[in-house]
Amino acid sequence: MKSLLIGQMSLKRKGVSHTRPEDLTKSRRRGQLAALSIAAVVIMVGVPLWWRTTETYRAWLPVSQINELANMQLQLSADVEVVFARGTVTPEQQKKVPLTQTQDEEHTVDGDLIFKAVCDPMVTKYEDCKLIHADLSLHTLSESPCGSLVVYVIPESSSLLPEDMDVYIGQRRTALLRIGAQMRVGRTVEQLLAHLEPRIKQVLQVMSFSHTDITAALSDRVRLSPGNKESIADSMRAFKSSPGYEITFSLLNPDPKSHRLHWDIEGAVQTYIQPLLTKLAPVANFSLDSQTLYYAMLGVNPRFDSSSSAYTLNSDSLAHVINPVEARLGSNAASSNPVLNFLLYVPDAHHSPLYIHDNKKQEVPSNAFHSPRWGGIMVYNVNGFYRPEAVLPVDININMAKVMGVFLAQLRLLLGVQSSTAPPGFLMAPCGSTGLADWELDRLMWSRSVENVATATTTITSLAQLLDQIGNIVINDNIAEQVSSAVTSLQLAVAELEAGNLGFALQYSKEAIMASERAFFDPSLLHLLYFPDDQKFAIYIPLFLPMCVPILLSLLKIVSEARQKRREKQAKKD
Amino acid sequence: MAITMPLSSIIHKQPQKQRDKWPSNDFQEELVIRPLHSGDIYASFQFRTLWETDFMRGNKVSHYRLFPKSLGQVISKFSVRELHISFTQGYWRTMQWGQPFLPSPPGAELWVWFQDSVTDVDGTWKELTNVLSGIFCASLNFIDSTNTVQPSASFKPLGIGNVTDHSFLRYATLPREIVCTENLTPWKKLLPCGSKAGLAVLLKSEKLFHSSFHSQAVHIRPVCQDWQCKTTSWELRQTLNVVFDLHTPGQGKREWSLFKMFSRTLTEACPLASSSKIYIDITDNPQGEQFEVSPATPLLSQAMVLGDRRTFSVYDLTQQITFGTVRSLNLLIRWKSSEDMLRPLLHGERYVAGYGLQTGEIHTLMYNNHPYRSFPVLLLDSVPWYLRLYIHTLTVASKGKDNKPSYIHYQPSKDRVRPHLLEMLVQLPPNSVTEVTVQFERALLKWTEYTPDPNHGFYVGSSVISSLVPSIVAMDTNSTREQPLFSSFFPCKEESSYFVRVYTEPLLVNLPTPDFSMPYNVICLTCTVVAVGYGSLYNLLTRSFQIDEPSPGLAKRIANIIRKMRGVPPL
Repeated sequence: MKSLLIGQMSLKRKGVSHTRPEDLTKSRRRGQLAALSIAAVVIMVGVPLWWRTTETYRAWLPVSQINELANMQLQLSADVEVVFARGTVTPEQQKKVPLTQTQDEEHTVDGDLIFKAVCDPMVTKYEDCKLIHADLSLHTLSESPCGSLVVYVIPESSSLLPEDMDVYIGQRRTALLRIGAQMRVGRTVEQLLAHLEPRIKQVLQVMSFSHTDITAALSDRVRLSPGNKESIADSMRAFKSSPGYEITFSLLNPDPKSHRLHWDIEGAVQTYIQPLLTKLAPVANFSLDSQTLYYAMLGVNPRFDSSSSAYTLNSDSLAHVINPVEARLGSNAASSNPVLNFLLYVPDAHHSPLYIHDNKKQEVPSNAFHSPRWGGIMVYNVNGFYRPEAVLPVDININMAKVMGVFLAQLRLLLGVQSSTAPPGFLMAPCGSTGLADWELDRLMWSRSVENVATATTTITSLAQLLDQIGNIVINDNIAEQVSSAVTSLQLAVAELEAGNLGFALQYSKEAIMASERAFFDPSLLHLLYFPDDQKFAIYIPLFLPMCVPILLSLLKIVSEARQKRREKQAKKD
Repeated sequence: MAITMPLSSIIHKQPQKQRDKWPSNDFQEELVIRPLHSGDIYASFQFRTLWETDFMRGNKVSHYRLFPKSLGQVISKFSVRELHISFTQGYWRTMQWGQPFLPSPPGAELWVWFQDSVTDVDGTWKELTNVLSGIFCASLNFIDSTNTVQPSASFKPLGIGNVTDHSFLRYATLPREIVCTENLTPWKKLLPCGSKAGLAVLLKSEKLFHSSFHSQAVHIRPVCQDWQCKTTSWELRQTLNVVFDLHTPGQGKREWSLFKMFSRTLTEACPLASSSKIYIDITDNPQGEQFEVSPATPLLSQAMVLGDRRTFSVYDLTQQITFGTVRSLNLLIRWKSSEDMLRPLLHGERYVAGYGLQTGEIHTLMYNNHPYRSFPVLLLDSVPWYLRLYIHTLTVASKGKDNKPSYIHYQPSKDRVRPHLLEMLVQLPPNSVTEVTVQFERALLKWTEYTPDPNHGFYVGSSVISSLVPSIVAMDTNSTREQPLFSSFFPCKEESSYFVRVYTEPLLVNLPTPDFSMPYNVICLTCTVVAVGYGSLYNLLTRSFQIDEPSPGLAKRIANIIRKMRGVPPL
């Protein structure tokens, strides 16, 4: 190319006549101007044009709101209504009711998120004690909304509670509180409430949320203090919050030659599992199915214990049981929700009876165990059914009540319905036909809402961070839309939590989590991700290099000439 | 870790004993072995699971016993009425081997009838192919609108239900699909006994894929339980057909045994199976003059299959006596002589003619080998859009004369959207070859549309020839009667004919393929040209030109130096 240019120059040379010095400077000036204007055109038109045409499309994201979310404070508030029964309040105290009082309690979780628990004990009612017979009639008294509590204060002498119990927690969102002798000394209702406060706080922690619940719900977001192993294990047991769950019951029959198993799973599911799931419907959607797997073996060979003439599975070998079985379970083809597996293993005739031993080498009474965030396994021994004269295969009907009792308890644990141990002096109502009390549902909803809010926030902030770091990613309008709707839902959820509207808060938090996941896993984000810069420049260089070098050289020349001219002027002045 | 929970409060409603109401499940397994006249061995496994259920009603809770859960979920989620999927490695040589019990084209084939409650059939089809792709570890996710067709006549539902609206039918083939172990393992997992017991223990992949032909399929359809069709059930048929080449192992001796072919022998039936049988086709060998089967069995059975009455030796695996004293069954066949076979009545072939990379011609040959009967056949051709068919050049000729099809359904392709679909009903005269030719032009693809290794060529799926072939013997039209599985797949409507589907070879067509470093070369060349033009323009605009005194020559310079030394003024 260079030789070509020189050739052209020498061609031109012949055509140019003798020039005078002023002509020479004039034409040099013209050349300089031309070079400058070409450079100006390149910089003002070419570069923006190139920039605009090769730019990746990035829709606008609400970055400032996302950053606000990252260091947001979450405030939970629960309404607590305190109702005094006749005989607990003196007439002069009665005059002061109703009144509202707010109590704040701040919990800091590792400095990242600050949770403020607010309870509003409102004293509004004054009821006749005679009405309060039992829990059911307590419920008919007032249908309290989701997330709120009613505490009935009953006189010390009341016979509703056994002697040594101070607090009774019902199946609904109600509790009975026996007023202590020393508590009656207060003159005003405020003083009375101040006396009652520690008790009410305890009730609130059992029935709504406590510091540990919230910490567990946030365990993915906030690093837990080391050494607190027990609580880590507890928090990791339950499934993560998800809009839906698939529950699969599998009957494992490793030896169809020696026994033919029958289980009435349809009836058992209708009787035992469905009521619980109906109750849990606000939290998530559940779908149920069951299957029977033949020749499904456990991953470990049980050890024969000659002392009890039974086979045993040690607690440390249980971890190896699941993997080979899981290959047979099959993934769910119809949805991508997490699957809760419940396996009923009936050992074959040569390996039965089979018992599971715990850490202390003791037989586990339920003969079952569960694996965190996976499901549960129960071993069902049928060796009692074999009689010496029996013809193989033996028909065996499985006692579903026994099996479902274990699976229901495991299901509650895996869904995060924690049966918290009651403080001394508390009496819990036995769980009803649904297997879940209203306040247990509330507890679950509190922690699920907080978990959803935390997860959605993490997803959205990390997505924003990622998009900020990698400029190559195309952000389409639908992603921006999802992100904005996630942010709006998050803000709404936080506001509803603050206002104490638990149902709405959970709903919004679910919407937020769904929108944020959809945005995060959108396949269009990946399209241009792997378009490396060096390849881009390999394509641009053949065009850019020959175009820019002459411009740069002539600009350099102009600059150096101008400098020289100035120096000459300086010399002239001197 | 262990937990328990008292259920005293919950157990107030004891579930009633409903054993009688439990939906009945049934499982049957069967292996047919047919010595072929070419000397090869054809082994056909069929496993049938029946699941009695009211499939028309959407039932949310689903409980599976013998039926695999993964397929059950697919059926209920996508409202599938019938699903037929096959994976085949190798091509079935009809002229040498006769008709297979279950035909299938090379590669993968999928056809599905959806229930009429489905509103977005195309969307459901797309999702279904993706899910099936996961279940069978196959590249079914490459099925899209460009290789999906809606045949109007060739694929009728095989189960119950009179659906005629073919907008609920989708058909696609992937002729390039390669079938291997990873497809066999999920297929075996669908069996109730897995590969632990029963006939499935023979399915060892290292032997199965060392064969001339391997085809595995899954067919799901609703069937009647009784002849009045009072109760219906889902039928899942898993079939596996394999042809072993006896000459390649090359011991010279023509001898065949279960152990030699599958490296296993049978010791038991699947305990869940209500019937478990092995059939050996001895029709051509009534007196044992061609080959000898050992151990011998007294059980003989006759079945009408593919228009012929065949005789089979039957080994019932549910009977302990079958396994003899060694408790294992190793069937053995020794050949004595060989003989020519009966030619199949219907046969199809296909090839591409023409030269160059611009145009070509597809020839489809259909053979009617019946000596005196003519019968109609339905030909289905699905050609990808990048072969642009000239439909005006379509000719159908038999015995040198024009043979006008009585029905033609042609759907032209749309570039990058849908393929050509050509269906026609042709009457095949007796003892004749009918040739269908159509010319095409090869399209230029965009450079991202080429497959990896584009110089290998592009596959065009098999043509499908479906026909009711006149039968020599009276066929059995009662579909609910107890009969071997291999003879009961295609429902038989009349006694005088039987249904046959024949697949032709897939085509491999070369398309004009560019050099793929071309884009970068073009960029470089264009940039250079632009830069040269720009450079000269730039120089013209910015440089100022003046005449320089040419520098003195070398001789003059030397002379000047000498003159300077002498003190004389320079030149």
